[in-house]
Amino acid sequence: MGIELQNITKTFGEYKAIDNLSLSIPSGDLIALLGPSGCGKTTLLRIIAGLELADSGKIILENKDTTNLPPREKNVGFVFQHYALFRRLTVFENVAFGLKVLPFRQRPARKEIRERVEHLLKLVQMDWALKRYPSQLSGGQRQRVALARALAVNPRVLLLDEPFSALDAKVRQELRRWLRKLHDEIHVTSIFVTHDQEEALELADKIVVINKGRIEQQGTPQEVYDHPANAFVYNFLGNVNVFHGRIKNGKVSLGNHHLDVPDELKNVEEKTSQTFVRPHEIGISRIRSNDNDLEGTIREVRLQGGQIGLNIECEGLDGAIEAEVPRELFINLQLAKGVQVFVTINRVRVFTGDYEI
Amino acid sequence: MPQPESAKSTPPVVKKRITDPRSVQVFLVGFTYLFFIGFIFLPLGLVFSQAFQKGWSFYLESIREPYAIEAVKLTLLTVAIVVPVNAVFGVAAAWAITKFNFKGKSALKSLLDLPFAVSPVIAGLIFVLLVGSRTTFGSWLGEHGIKIIFSTPGIIIATIFVTFPFIARELIPLMEAQGRDEEEAALTLGAKGWQIFGKITLPNIRWGLIYGMILCGARSIGEFGAVSVVSGHIRGQTNTIPLHVEILYSEYNFTASFAVASLLVFLALLTVVIKGGIEKQFQKKSFHL
Repeated sequence: MGIELQNITKTFGEYKAIDNLSLSIPSGDLIALLGPSGCGKTTLLRIIAGLELADSGKIILENKDTTNLPPREKNVGFVFQHYALFRRLTVFENVAFGLKVLPFRQRPARKEIRERVEHLLKLVQMDWALKRYPSQLSGGQRQRVALARALAVNPRVLLLDEPFSALDAKVRQELRRWLRKLHDEIHVTSIFVTHDQEEALELADKIVVINKGRIEQQGTPQEVYDHPANAFVYNFLGNVNVFHGRIKNGKVSLGNHHLDVPDELKNVEEKTSQTFVRPHEIGISRIRSNDNDLEGTIREVRLQGGQIGLNIECEGLDGAIEAEVPRELFINLQLAKGVQVFVTINRVRVFTGDYEI
Repeated sequence: MPQPESAKSTPPVVKKRITDPRSVQVFLVGFTYLFFIGFIFLPLGLVFSQAFQKGWSFYLESIREPYAIEAVKLTLLTVAIVVPVNAVFGVAAAWAITKFNFKGKSALKSLLDLPFAVSPVIAGLIFVLLVGSRTTFGSWLGEHGIKIIFSTPGIIIATIFVTFPFIARELIPLMEAQGRDEEEAALTLGAKGWQIFGKITLPNIRWGLIYGMILCGARSIGEFGAVSVVSGHIRGQTNTIPLHVEILYSEYNFTASFAVASLLVFLALLTVVIKGGIEKQFQKKSFHL
């Protein structure tokens, strides 16, 4: 195992930041810790790095128990949200820092340090900036230097705390793909923390969804997205329409309509429920295609790049439905504000009980 | 979306000036100059004209007189001890206040201003009451041959008290702005405490520290009130430059008094020049944020 966390608990006063959390991550994986702000994901990362002390639990990194080691002996690479480059040192000195502070006997020779730093900076495509100071670099460049600096000490694991959140959208996307490629080359067990589900879905081998200091679900991006374990995960992983209602006799009500509930809920007696529908799993047409179609009027049209967002008010439903249609369909059907449409719900997920985010 | 015609044809009107009217500017600049002339240039000029009233030779004699030289020596000794002590204290206090959370932190932060708020005379009296020969502690010290009040240690202690906020107050906002990220990064990279301090923290606060030390030094040279109370004005022994100036003045020896005072002015001007240079560096280099 690359990283093994056993029963980690951490409280700040009354507040439980991490609640008896256990997690195993195979060597060489790139894992996303995904959750809303304040869910404890950054705290967990800092606990692994030793920057925060857990109240209880055990941390094993690459088969070595590091629970009680001071942070400087844990040998983790940590990449901070705001880069945290040493402002007084050049790019070269920044990357060399971890090697130069080694005890004399373990410290590589000058020439070796130089070669290693240059190699790493080449890897992150920053070898042209050896003599620059951090203030002379853009955000994306700084974060790449920070990554090289973290890798310089040959860390057991690499921890990235919202590494792209301070960057603008375009650079963020570029850096994301680049990080994935880099990870495929160096294979160090890595965890990155993010609140951006897109980032997690795109980048990670496995996603761990965290809420209120507990793991809600873990799995590959595909698994988590297609088979969310509960309402929280479903809701957090993308835009969603929520309909509150009741399950009764194997049916769930959606306005005046009654849909069959999924098999696992067939035997449930009457119970409050929430029905979830993703905006892109809603079909729109100008003519009625079956009896279950809802009838509605488009209230709002939003341009979202390749997709068009529609806000549709349906008969017999309390709230409006958010739908997404491809641009082409939007043009073909001659949709516009005020147009009457029929709404087909292709796929629903039903969860019983209450939850809150 | 097509631009409306009107937006294309009429260029936007640019107002030439968005500052205050000219009359206000002239008034404020003029007032500032007048104030400077009345309160800085004039008094400075007066010091020098008085100092040189009886010519160069008298001037040199006044500042080369043994008591004057003793006063200069004592003042420089005081500065040489006070500034390093307060630098260590200032860095330690700023470090503690900005990097740790502990009980009484905000109270400590406000108390840091106390020496600025308290009259220096009272500051001096506090130490007389604390370690003077009439107190138990003071007489105990006296029995062991340690004299604090009316001797050099007293002067140094009083000066430390009066000037200790300078460096800490300079560093706290700076260190607060810089945060703990860099230290944490260094920690995860395997650096030991002293390495982090020497390689990261100290270089980051370098200019602020030097700046604070200069202010602290300038104030130590000129400190009168507190030192006056604890020194006992023993000529050639416990007289600093400001005290010496005062003694000469009260003996109606005006020219000599101003001659020695001009030394203080030179030191002050030197401080201002160094400070200006540091400030430039500070702005250039400190904000690699």
